Amino acid sequence: MPIVRVRVMLKPSLLDSAGRTVLGSLHKLGFSEVDQARIGKVVELHLTEYDEDRVREMCAKLLTNPVIEDFEIEALP
Amino acid sequence: MRVAVLRFPGSNCDQDALHALQDDLGLKVGYVWHTETSLAGYDGVFVPGGFSYGDYLRCGAMAARAPVMDEVRRFAAEGRPVIGACNGFQILCEAGLLPGALVANEGQKFVCRDVWLEAVDRTSRWTRGVERPIRLPIAHGEGRYVCEPEDLARVEGEGRVAFRYVGGPDGGPGNPNGSMDDIAGVLNPAGNVLGLMPHPERATKAILGGTDGRLVLAGFQMALVS
Repeated sequence: MPIVRVRVMLKPSLLDSAGRTVLGSLHKLGFSEVDQARIGKVVELHLTEYDEDRVREMCAKLLTNPVIEDFEIEALP
Repeated sequence: MRVAVLRFPGSNCDQDALHALQDDLGLKVGYVWHTETSLAGYDGVFVPGGFSYGDYLRCGAMAARAPVMDEVRRFAAEGRPVIGACNGFQILCEAGLLPGALVANEGQKFVCRDVWLEAVDRTSRWTRGVERPIRLPIAHGEGRYVCEPEDLARVEGEGRVAFRYVGGPDGGPGNPNGSMDDIAGVLNPAGNVLGLMPHPERATKAILGGTDGRLVLAGFQMALVS
């Protein structure tokens, strides 16, 4: 059964306030080399058949909001 | 004027809305479950706040795709009054009825307090009666209004910013969440659809701490004469 992962990230132009909080904690732990932390999400879909166009349609209709998010589709081998 | 208060799984301001509109504004009100496909018999729609579908995926994302929303879209296209507060605003944005989106507050905290608002454009039915800064409560973790630069320019240029956060006469702070241009509420191009993060339905009687919400909700009644 094909599995795809849709990785969703807030657009780079938008402040990711949760990521900024994580960045602050990493700095406090001594990881001063971290310049930015951004938190996204992964939607894993188990499909009976994989059609990338169909998955893109799912992204457009529900899974992502183009106003605030970018996404990538990864089909697992 | 008969107003439909929509209910989604996870709505929690639906009863506040019903009582405010019914008891304090004297309107006829009915609940409409999200699976309904008709708004026949109603003249206006209130999309209440809450955490529809647990805010899963994105705030308002699933609710915006509920069956009743096709009818709300048709309703809005006919120029009838539609207002969404808090999660209702998020739902209207996700449904494409309003531009932009609401994301996590800049301060990463849930903010629950009163804010002061100024009606920017006073030609819509929702802002016509707001002649002075008003005080309304907010309660949200994801109320930072954002939109694409070209959409923002259009919204500002067309006078579709309904309300802006302003500092209070009591010296209270303004923008509580980092919203672009201090935007607290926006209108659709025709001005009949309003979305805002503050809760007008929680400020319709003195015992609740204020009555300024009536000035906004009176937009339902103005629809009768316009």
